[in-house]
Amino acid sequence: MDIRLSLKESGIAAIVALILFVPIIGMVLDGQTLTFKMTRTFVLVALVFAGRLLIAYLRSGHVGDRVGEVFQPVYAGWAKIRERIEGRLVAFNVALVLMLLIMPFMPFSTNYLIQIVTLTFVYIMLGTGLNIVVGLAGMLDLGYVAFYATGAYGYALLAQYFGLSFWFALPVMAGIAALVGGMLGFPVLRMHGDYLAIVTLGFGEIIRILLVNLTEYTGGPNGISAPRPTLFGLAFQKKAEEGQATFHEFFDLPYDSSYRYIFIYVIAIFVMVLAIYVFKRLREMPIGRAWEALREDEVACKALGINHTTTKLSAFALGAMFGGLGGVFFAAMEGFINPSSFQFIESAIILAIVVLGGMGSILGVIIAAVGITLLPELFRELEAYRMLMFGLAMVFIMIWRPGGLLKVRRKSFTSEAHGNK
Amino acid sequence: MATSNKDLLRADKVSIRFGGLMALTDVSFSAKEREITGIIGPNGAGKTTLFNCITGFYRPTSGRLWMNKNGKEESLEKLPIHKIAQSGIARTYQNIRLFGEMSALENLLVAQHHLVNHHLLSGILQTRAFRESEKQAEEKAWYWLQYMGLEKVANQEAGTLPYGQQRRLEVARAMASQPKLICLDEPAAGLNHQESEELNDLILGLREKHDVSVLLIEHHMGVVMKICDQVVVLDHGEIISDGTPEEVQKDEKVIKAYLGEEEDADVPPKKKRKQK
Repeated sequence: MDIRLSLKESGIAAIVALILFVPIIGMVLDGQTLTFKMTRTFVLVALVFAGRLLIAYLRSGHVGDRVGEVFQPVYAGWAKIRERIEGRLVAFNVALVLMLLIMPFMPFSTNYLIQIVTLTFVYIMLGTGLNIVVGLAGMLDLGYVAFYATGAYGYALLAQYFGLSFWFALPVMAGIAALVGGMLGFPVLRMHGDYLAIVTLGFGEIIRILLVNLTEYTGGPNGISAPRPTLFGLAFQKKAEEGQATFHEFFDLPYDSSYRYIFIYVIAIFVMVLAIYVFKRLREMPIGRAWEALREDEVACKALGINHTTTKLSAFALGAMFGGLGGVFFAAMEGFINPSSFQFIESAIILAIVVLGGMGSILGVIIAAVGITLLPELFRELEAYRMLMFGLAMVFIMIWRPGGLLKVRRKSFTSEAHGNK
Repeated sequence: MATSNKDLLRADKVSIRFGGLMALTDVSFSAKEREITGIIGPNGAGKTTLFNCITGFYRPTSGRLWMNKNGKEESLEKLPIHKIAQSGIARTYQNIRLFGEMSALENLLVAQHHLVNHHLLSGILQTRAFRESEKQAEEKAWYWLQYMGLEKVANQEAGTLPYGQQRRLEVARAMASQPKLICLDEPAAGLNHQESEELNDLILGLREKHDVSVLLIEHHMGVVMKICDQVVVLDHGEIISDGTPEEVQKDEKVIKAYLGEEEDADVPPKKKRKQK
């Protein structure tokens, strides 16, 4: 570690901090009088100095490697587990799904837990969808929440105006969201990178502002209620509406509010598994390869006979479809939605899931989605620091795992004819 | 090669203007079926520009391009790039453009995109027809990897391969798309003597075994004279000579414009100007 350089850097950081902190916390306007509170300012500046020095120390050759090494056993262990389950991957996955399925019937399960886990599933769906657009096709989409909102509001509106049930709304909204995705795709066909990001960002905001201002149809900022899903027409309310039977009466069970949550939870598992499966297939299909090729080199891609228009549009449409599905679940689970659920921060969170998890990686996205939805719930007392922790996690991952938690493992091909591994 | 071969690609008075610069002026030539046509000329003569016109990267300002498709001539100059590629023209690039983060084999699979079953549902459900088509594509990819001596690196990321292998992989990728005409833009650039010898043999082999015509931009005179059936010489965007290597070699204009006074010398080393 170069002491002089580190000291210099820390000094610069401290000066910047001083300039920032003096007006922010050093001067307090109390009525008409301005009081200076310099002690706390200097304490903070000293903290910044020490912190910068610490970072320099942690990143310096020897220690930096060691900090990186902390993760090594984790990844080594992971590689070992991976080897173990390689041949039994299907069995392992089935076991995992079964475990998730019986989770709500365990004694420790509560409505709260079931809801959080369902929300995690929704985020996994969203992350998987955005992974198509960002991870595979390499198009930075900052307005993904638009499709999430489309799914949620579409379901609520279809139910309200056309009386469509959850089961019909699910495929219908998947289709409509895909259509909306294609619509966004058209104007941005020729855009790349930053420009694409700005347009998609705008698109996300347009949808939200539309929802706020179309008060007549969407209820504006007051939101709209979405019906609960039913099991072949059996509702999960305590008292059935006219001409409807309820689940607990039909099966002669005592009423329990958790049935409703468990029901959505179970459907969400199946749709999530389906979404992950479809993503996995897409990645290995010609279209998935075309997406990746488009990300790598658009010109070369076209010169190999790939129609980049349809390829890009299909990435947007399929990504949007997953987002729409997530939206339908969100609406069905919450029972009530309003535009404040679909702000830009949602897009940012979903993008963070994809980037932190590792672009294109399935497991990475699942882990990141679990982390980002579950951890804040577990540490509710620290809510004020949530964004701080979020930012810190990002910075650290970008320092030590710039490619995300897990790197995509490319499919390995073997050839019998050529005897290769 | 017999000269009675039919024309595969025909350029008719192709001109392209960039602002005030005439990059190509009335370029007319034809590439015959199963022949290797060399395009030579000093740096900045418009060779790569001509390639870009043929493959649809640039639209000619005037003139026409025809591709012989099963006996019928198809006009190329209005088609989008991917349609031109689908009509049987593949190319490589002066500066390599592989899909760097994909494996070598995947690069070849992408090249076969328009040949395989890329229906969405059959892919998700993995129907028999889909699996068959994928298997065929994989086999063909293996074939080309082996042909180019790359089967050992099939699962390596293309971007991590050494330069010589990347060059060969690019040719393999172009061939995997089953072209009738393959346009090679300085395939031997940056290769050492032995590597470029090997590459020449491969290119000759392509023509012999795979029924493909080759359009070749090459600076190395020895190579051009050895493997080309026909040579087109460009200078300042105009064709100054067109014929067999022997004819071109003797052409006064070529010697003057290009080879200078020495007849048998290689191209004198000049600073390369980047063409796009």
